[in-house]
Amino acid sequence: MGKTLAEKILSLKSHGEAEAGDVVIADVDLAFVQDTTGPLTIKQFKESGFKALAKPQQAIIFLDHAAPSPAQQLSNDHILLRRFTEETGCRIYEVGEGICHQLVAEKFANPGDIIVGADSHTVTGGALGAFATGMGSSDVAVALALGKTWFRVPQSFLIELNGVFPRGIYAKDLILYLIGQIGAAGANYKALEFGGEALAQMTMSQRLTIANMAVEAGAKVGLFPADKITQDFLVERGRGDDYKPLYPDAEANYEQVIPVNLNQLEPMLSLPHAVDNVRPVTQVKGVKIQQAFIGTCTNGRLEDLAVAAEILKGKSRHPGTRLLIAPASRQVLIRAIEKGYIRSLIEAGAAILPPGCAACLGLHQGVLGNDEVCLSTANRNFKGRMGNPEAMVYLASPATAAASAIRGEITDPREFT
Amino acid sequence: MTDLVLKGKAIKLGDNISTDDIIPGRFAHLRSNLPELARHVLEDAVPGFASKVKSGDFLVAGKNFGLGSSREHAPVVIKMSGVGAILAKSAARIFFRNAINQGLPVLLCDTDKIGDGDELEINLTSGTIANFSSGLTLSCSKMPPIMSAILKEGGLIPYIQKHKDFKL
Ligand code: SF4
Repeated sequence: MGKTLAEKILSLKSHGEAEAGDVVIADVDLAFVQDTTGPLTIKQFKESGFKALAKPQQAIIFLDHAAPSPAQQLSNDHILLRRFTEETGCRIYEVGEGICHQLVAEKFANPGDIIVGADSHTVTGGALGAFATGMGSSDVAVALALGKTWFRVPQSFLIELNGVFPRGIYAKDLILYLIGQIGAAGANYKALEFGGEALAQMTMSQRLTIANMAVEAGAKVGLFPADKITQDFLVERGRGDDYKPLYPDAEANYEQVIPVNLNQLEPMLSLPHAVDNVRPVTQVKGVKIQQAFIGTCTNGRLEDLAVAAEILKGKSRHPGTRLLIAPASRQVLIRAIEKGYIRSLIEAGAAILPPGCAACLGLHQGVLGNDEVCLSTANRNFKGRMGNPEAMVYLASPATAAASAIRGEITDPREFT
Repeated sequence: MTDLVLKGKAIKLGDNISTDDIIPGRFAHLRSNLPELARHVLEDAVPGFASKVKSGDFLVAGKNFGLGSSREHAPVVIKMSGVGAILAKSAARIFFRNAINQGLPVLLCDTDKIGDGDELEINLTSGTIANFSSGLTLSCSKMPPIMSAILKEGGLIPYIQKHKDFKL
């Protein structure tokens, strides 16, 4: 019997034969928390009577969600988290370093690893072939202490990608289209595994955007094979030794195969208040927006800022539309400065926010007012997501966000590319 | 230890109740103050929920309950508000696991057969729900044995305190 990527990784890490439907106990290579889930994790860790971490160097705290902190309660949470680092020797990434998932991709995630994070978008690491999944604070507390956790081995859907992205169409449009097809619960408990000829052309940045949103279809993981592109990404970051090729077996068993031809995609949007409420931009254009937000673990990478800068260069944001930009990490910000993107964006009227989650979760740096509309490159648009249940959040690609910021209304980016 | 027979009244909710509905992001600063956070549970989805809910009530939802974030505060504050169990047609993966880890039962069944205010008795051992208001008995889908064991101990932390490790 052939194995899917999920079955392969879980077999390896549970030291046995894992088949979809089995429950296994598997080694955890990396466990992390962020500043809104970390305090509860520490509480659970201590209540369980644990004192030490199984692997302190493979345990990380990220201060990214409320960074810099907008409120004294959150500042005190940060103190608690810093103290835990001192007590246990785990790693910490301070305010301004960037979003947990971006830093995990840049520095830690390896093909075949198991990564658990107290954040649902931990699935992002699947872009590198890691079985990376979000869990709650109790599960992560136990994984930190024992270095293992239990999993039910998921059934997999194979998403077979062929063709090439047309001009003005990006990975975000693909994943929004897919979520529209599958539905927000369509892949509950499943693994989404990506394959097909289009992968040979698909950059790591694009893969990260796609894997990041697997959870918006309910999936446990969004897995890419580890190939030449994975290897190049690791080599560029001085981690070439961490590369190992990882592919599903030819006879692997998939619950469903969903073919997608990239040539036929259009720019897509998620409408309020559900990620699977997806429409082509052409059907929604003209909706006025008061804020455009480019950033997050979905679309705050260098390629995303490049696309936005290219569209906005020499132009200006609409006077009625604020333009907020948050690079996903310090590294991304430095490179974007070197490449001149930040200058183009600032000249176009953007406010640059520090690397981190920024406006994404409605807790600081861009909270919406009543009846305001934001076009965001994030992954969620639930009611209240950007801090106000009376506001509307649309999700789209950085190109669509940039084009819409210029016009002050939802705009097809192909008019600018 | 979680009680194996629960009695209470149904509070009906719709489909796709997200973790942002359960705990809106604007209350994130309260996450280390759970009693205060619990006062805002489900505030945007069911106005006045925290004052309406009675100890032992059941949340009876539609599809994909708890989609969204991994914040375990969501089941924590639902439990703190007095809710005895959650019944839904389906539940998001992370929420489901978090709720069980908090010793809060989540049962998957055809919730169309339950009305708002119905009197229910849940038997966790047999996985059945007796609806005294309609006279119907519903059966729920089974969870993996490891989850039942965790739920029986009252959650993951008591389970680990007792067993020191996962037991399959
Ligand atoms: S950027 Fe948004 S979705 Fe990503 S980790 Fe931060 S809050 Fe979560």
